Amino acid sequence: MLYYILLRMMAAKSNFFNAEERTFRLSLSAIALILILILVGIFCTLLSASIPSIQASGWKFLFSSAWDPVTNDFGSLPFLVGTLLTSLLALLMVLPFSLAIGLFLGEYYTEGRVSQTFKSVIELLAGIPSVIYGFWGLFVLVPIIRSIETSVGVIPYGIGLFTASFVLAIMIMPYAVSITRQVITMVPRHLKEAAYSLGATRYEVIQKVVLPFSRSGIFAGILLALGRALGETMAVTMLIGNTHSIPHNIFAPANTMPSVIANEFTEAVGTIYTSALIEMALLLFIVTAIVNFIGRQIIKQFAYDDK
Amino acid sequence: MINNVERAVRTRHIKNSVFKWGVIAFTFIAVLPLIFILYYLVQKGVTSITWAFLTHMPKPVGETGGGILNAIVGSAIIIFMACIIAIPFSIAIGVYLSEFPKAGIANWARLSIDMLQGVPSIVIGIVIYEWVVKPMGGFSAISGSIALAIMMIPPIAKATEETLKRVPAGLKEASFSLGASYYQTTMRALLPAAMSGILSGVILSIARISGETAPLLFTSFGNPYLSANITKPMSSIPLLIFNYAISPYDEWQKLAWGASLVLIIFIFLLNIITKIAERKWKVQY
Repeated sequence: MLYYILLRMMAAKSNFFNAEERTFRLSLSAIALILILILVGIFCTLLSASIPSIQASGWKFLFSSAWDPVTNDFGSLPFLVGTLLTSLLALLMVLPFSLAIGLFLGEYYTEGRVSQTFKSVIELLAGIPSVIYGFWGLFVLVPIIRSIETSVGVIPYGIGLFTASFVLAIMIMPYAVSITRQVITMVPRHLKEAAYSLGATRYEVIQKVVLPFSRSGIFAGILLALGRALGETMAVTMLIGNTHSIPHNIFAPANTMPSVIANEFTEAVGTIYTSALIEMALLLFIVTAIVNFIGRQIIKQFAYDDK
Repeated sequence: MINNVERAVRTRHIKNSVFKWGVIAFTFIAVLPLIFILYYLVQKGVTSITWAFLTHMPKPVGETGGGILNAIVGSAIIIFMACIIAIPFSIAIGVYLSEFPKAGIANWARLSIDMLQGVPSIVIGIVIYEWVVKPMGGFSAISGSIALAIMMIPPIAKATEETLKRVPAGLKEASFSLGASYYQTTMRALLPAAMSGILSGVILSIARISGETAPLLFTSFGNPYLSANITKPMSSIPLLIFNYAISPYDEWQKLAWGASLVLIIFIFLLNIITKIAERKWKVQY
């Protein structure tokens, strides 16, 4: 190792006045800087473009449910509620499954043909584009949900909060699974073996050793899946029903922030209308950034603890 | 007494196997949607995929037949341009991160990659609208490519960094000992050795963006005609699926099913190629 460092230093020194070498380093640094500037630029652009709306609506934007392009009165409450409800409902639906698959692939069947097959299937599930999920949901899921709604006795819209969340759950499952599986595989073997040697059954090992150990990692996986769900656009847009009111039950049509942007941005006229939509994008950007950041920090911590 | 102990052990065993079968059942149930989706896509789409489907334009409402040529050409052009923009840039970032992992801006760059990966695609669409579409005065294919290119950066940069880290130090030392500069070592020794890993990152990122619809809504916008002008709106397969899927016409919906199947086959093929690439050529030197 020392030898390597020495070599590296010598190489660096002998090339210090080499113009080619310096340009190479400088251009690489410049490209890395551009990357950082892109991210900063995204934030600044969103912020500056939403200033007209911030000035016009202020905090009311977050708490009002008015959405009237004619009088320039905008409030995003129904969309905030819609986004949170669809995402949380999807998380709730996906949690038992992602935990089960995580245990299946990370504890019960860690290698072999069965686990390889399931891993590939889940990868394929992650590869299906959002718009195809939406299309499938529209033609296959909506009639099924409609008949369920008829039998339950609510208004049979077919599309709505529940349908969107259901498809969203399928879509975010691969992300939740991949992290859950990884953290479950990372549980130290000696801890599990100690528990087995005390006579614990596999279920008890999972319950008392594996799950407590990987709890924070599983939580991080859920956060990252939430980050996906919050920003998911196409499938939700096609299935949510797009109404500008706060949903009164889980089958009711609603709307989410990305869907409103997707539906109305190209048709928005007037500075404040466009700006209100961009302010929603800004909110979305900030919320997903925070959720992702926390999730990644937890995972880093987890990987660090493991060493 | 003994009876009690036996009963307790039996309950524990029953709990154990119930839990195991529960896990297996949930796993199988969770995989069902994929089977359903694929089944429907094939069932609905396979009848519409013919040679004419791939080589003809969509017909107006009311006429039967027609194809998705404009969308196929559009997608190819948009993705190709996105690759040209994103690949060199992202590889350079990967090289920077693996060669100068402790440099001042490396940590910020790494954080930016993580954050960029989490930005919702619709937000990228809006930002590119502000950056490119507005100054250009209208929707254009190139703006769509730029939006997709930004989404390609994180996976390629990460794949490059990870693969370069796995290249043995001996290769680098050998190159330095021959008097090669950093630049020569990177370009002639490290990158060729890491080629397979980088390539699979690139293919995976193409698979990921080829189905993206949201960032194209406000950038390349879509176009019912065949167009190769990158400064004008252009059609693409995901946009066509979206527009025809929500249209009320049976013929258009049929086109959308066919287009969905084409898209899925394309994405799955790319995934398989990546798998083979990863297995066949691990880091070689």
